[in-house]
Amino acid sequence: MSAAEQKIGAEKDWDFDRLNRAYDAISDVALKELKLDIYPNQIEVITFEQMLDAYSSVGLPLMYKHWSFGKNFARDEMLYRHGLRNLAYEIVINSDPCIAYLMEENSMMMQTLVMSHACFGHNHFFKNNNLFRQWTDAEGILDYLEFAKTYIARCESRYGEDAVEAVLDAAHALMGQGVNRYTRRKTLNLRDEEKRTRERLEEQERTYNELWRSVPTSGPRSRQSYNELERKHLLGLPEENILYFLEKNAPLLKTWEREILRIVRHVAQYFYPQKQTKMMNEGCATFVHYHVMNRLDQTGFLDEGAMMEFFQSHTGAVFQPDFDHRGYSGINPYALGFGMMEDIKRICEQPTDEDRAWLPEIAGKGDAIEVLKDGWANYRDESFIRQFLSPALMRKMRFFDLHDDGETDLTVKAIHNERGYQRVRTKLADQFDVVQNEPEIEVVDVDLDGDRRLMLQHRVYSGILTREKDTAMVLQHLANLWGYEVKLTELSAQSDVVLKQHSAAPAK
Amino acid sequence: MNIVDRRLNPQGKSLSNRQRFIKRAKKELTEAVRKASGERKLSDLGNEERVWIKADRLREPQIRHATDQGERDYVLPGNKEYQEGDRIKRPQQEGGGRGSEAADDGEGEDAFQFALSQEEFLDIFFDDLELPDLLRKQMKSSDSFTMVRAGHSMNGSISNLNLKRTMQNRLSRRIALKRPRLTDLLTSAAEVEALEDAENAEDAERLGELTARLEEQQRRSRRIPFIDPVDVRYSRFEQVPQPVTSAVMFCLMDVSGSMTEHMKDLAKRFFKLLYLFLGRRYKNVEIVFIRHTHLAREVDEETFFLSRETGGTVVSTAFDEMLRVVAARYPRDQWNIYAAQASDGDNTAVDNAKVIHLLKHKILPLCQYFAYLEVKDPDGREMATDLWRTYEQLVKAGEPIAMRKVAERGQIFPVFHDLFMRGGQQAQPQKAGA
Repeated sequence: MSAAEQKIGAEKDWDFDRLNRAYDAISDVALKELKLDIYPNQIEVITFEQMLDAYSSVGLPLMYKHWSFGKNFARDEMLYRHGLRNLAYEIVINSDPCIAYLMEENSMMMQTLVMSHACFGHNHFFKNNNLFRQWTDAEGILDYLEFAKTYIARCESRYGEDAVEAVLDAAHALMGQGVNRYTRRKTLNLRDEEKRTRERLEEQERTYNELWRSVPTSGPRSRQSYNELERKHLLGLPEENILYFLEKNAPLLKTWEREILRIVRHVAQYFYPQKQTKMMNEGCATFVHYHVMNRLDQTGFLDEGAMMEFFQSHTGAVFQPDFDHRGYSGINPYALGFGMMEDIKRICEQPTDEDRAWLPEIAGKGDAIEVLKDGWANYRDESFIRQFLSPALMRKMRFFDLHDDGETDLTVKAIHNERGYQRVRTKLADQFDVVQNEPEIEVVDVDLDGDRRLMLQHRVYSGILTREKDTAMVLQHLANLWGYEVKLTELSAQSDVVLKQHSAAPAK
Repeated sequence: MNIVDRRLNPQGKSLSNRQRFIKRAKKELTEAVRKASGERKLSDLGNEERVWIKADRLREPQIRHATDQGERDYVLPGNKEYQEGDRIKRPQQEGGGRGSEAADDGEGEDAFQFALSQEEFLDIFFDDLELPDLLRKQMKSSDSFTMVRAGHSMNGSISNLNLKRTMQNRLSRRIALKRPRLTDLLTSAAEVEALEDAENAEDAERLGELTARLEEQQRRSRRIPFIDPVDVRYSRFEQVPQPVTSAVMFCLMDVSGSMTEHMKDLAKRFFKLLYLFLGRRYKNVEIVFIRHTHLAREVDEETFFLSRETGGTVVSTAFDEMLRVVAARYPRDQWNIYAAQASDGDNTAVDNAKVIHLLKHKILPLCQYFAYLEVKDPDGREMATDLWRTYEQLVKAGEPIAMRKVAERGQIFPVFHDLFMRGGQQAQPQKAGA
């Protein structure tokens, strides 16, 4: 076969043979040249209907049943069928083997792009980034989801769909408070999770929790009440992971209800690294596909038409509308991510004096791929920006920092000049910091001697409270799970002054 | 690397999620669907798809930061003219300056539009409706049977052989009678063979024992068959009479000159609902369309709903036509007969006596259920019409006629619902004024 016949042109449809050849060509570049380290790939070709299915269950190939997934499906389908929104060209799952879905509608060029983006870029990121390694278990996730799905289906047939739905609704509402943000834990092994579950449930049935003794018995200990320190120690307070706290300590929950909370908590935890590394993850994948596609162009694998199509699609993906543009909807993670990766490459290879001053560790280091790979492995969006955002890129993107004091007019605090770089970079990093952008809520105490009221606290920074309506609804769910009254106090982190209080009692 | 073609995998993985979602949104969907039915064009009825719903029950709350208070910084791209220290007027609401937080604000998600399939739409639409007294007559039932499983039998047709049960019986019989297994036979045979050339006495003695055992086993194995006729079982089926409910609905509509376009629209909408309802719910319901001016004629569905005609009004002609059709095609002893009539209430004065006579002595005894719908102009005077008064007399005399008035599109569904509500109490005759 001559080289001309092998070329992939814009007009050509894909077939399985071409997919295989493209994959091989990509893997030559990605593995030999970029030296990426990936999970084995499993590529699945699906229809747009299956893509919609995958969309609705948060991108996972298997998921338990819940109405909210049906709601997502109804909305996505409507938007798609009426041409209001395009579907993603691919979905990739952080699992081992790494599963990537390709849509059958994609052109051959698109499939090549998508494979380099997902099967190599994202795949490398999943396998090497520290957060993913620490928090997720790529090998076990599919088995665990299978277990979760069957378990919940079994609960539905045993306890009724409505009862299960109520628990799931409540657990979903608390999903944002179902992750451990700070504590480092030993690596999860979801494979063993199922076995541990069974053992734990048996253990729980055997043991009796002294804490919830409410029947007065004769004997010296019966009327003893715990002092604050003892109580907090026994309950493991304060606790930021409310789902975990409920699973371990809610007095009225049945065993299967606790197990459902646990499942939802695991799912939340599985997605938490993705939230924190969105920009880097897309930046890494975009950088990889850009590099690979250009190399394929040079080696003659892609013809000019295909490259034109590629550039059009690539430019669309990394386009960053200005803040006053009609289409502005926040900072495009593809644009910033790709911009940063390319910028780092430039700094490594052709640094200016400014780069040497700002980023002495990497400026002129030469091997850009190694520097990038180190970055992809050890940072998340927030720290990556703090560490690597260069003045050159700030100028290019014309970032400025707008300060809102909540009362008067907005003030421009810093722009892309010598005086402003530091502040713009810090504030942009803050903006990407998931921890700062989510309310910091903790379980602080339980009234063990009285009405068993659960006490929560929101530490308020910069005077930003929670949304009232949503908070009330979530607290209601929380109260239903806890079984007794719950109370959330929002207090200023600076002065400990109580700003607002919410409470809810279980609906029975 | 592994490429898998999943395109042929079963579709509709989300179907049960969708059903759960619809169940959850039932109340809101029902309202939306019924509202939509009054607003759509007549020809679109039954093809409805898009509905808007807004429901608290569909909200997925999360504790999030409020967007309208507190102190914060936004880093934005695309600065053109701003210098440090510039002051910018607060944009209206959640506009540009608010940055990305505004975009993923959950508040906007409450109401959303989505598409229901026609099936889903009609399911919701006609959820709690049914024909009254449908099962009263089951005359045709003797004609139709269905086969139902009825355990097992010792004899039957070979095609009904129940292999699993037969093999089970065989196994238990063989265990009970200690038929040697094939492996036992083979082992014994092998042992015998191994000792056959034996020389010392002990072995010879042992050989004798083994040979005897082998022979005994072979004998048993021959005597006790692999499958005995007593093992054999057949699946048994019984014929169960299948009730067939045959019903016919007569739709009688006045299309005379006195009916305004508005009234015809109301009447047609009513019948269209009836038509959709029957077609969806009952496989065996036939529908007969009769329209009349001073003459009545049986027409097909398309003519009934779509074509125009004018003339005088003689209601009894429609009844005559209905009686003719009944006599020709729907013997009373085999069919449940329903009739619904829509009219503006006008009738030629001399015809009223005939109407009373026909209804009382011919039509009503024939019918399981008779509904009369009087259509009016929205600003029409509230005055009892000839036909209304006539029917009212019959109702007072205890005849089973359900009567309703409708002046606006929006009233059609409630009236329809009222007439066919499950449980049937509402389907009883009522005083004027629905």
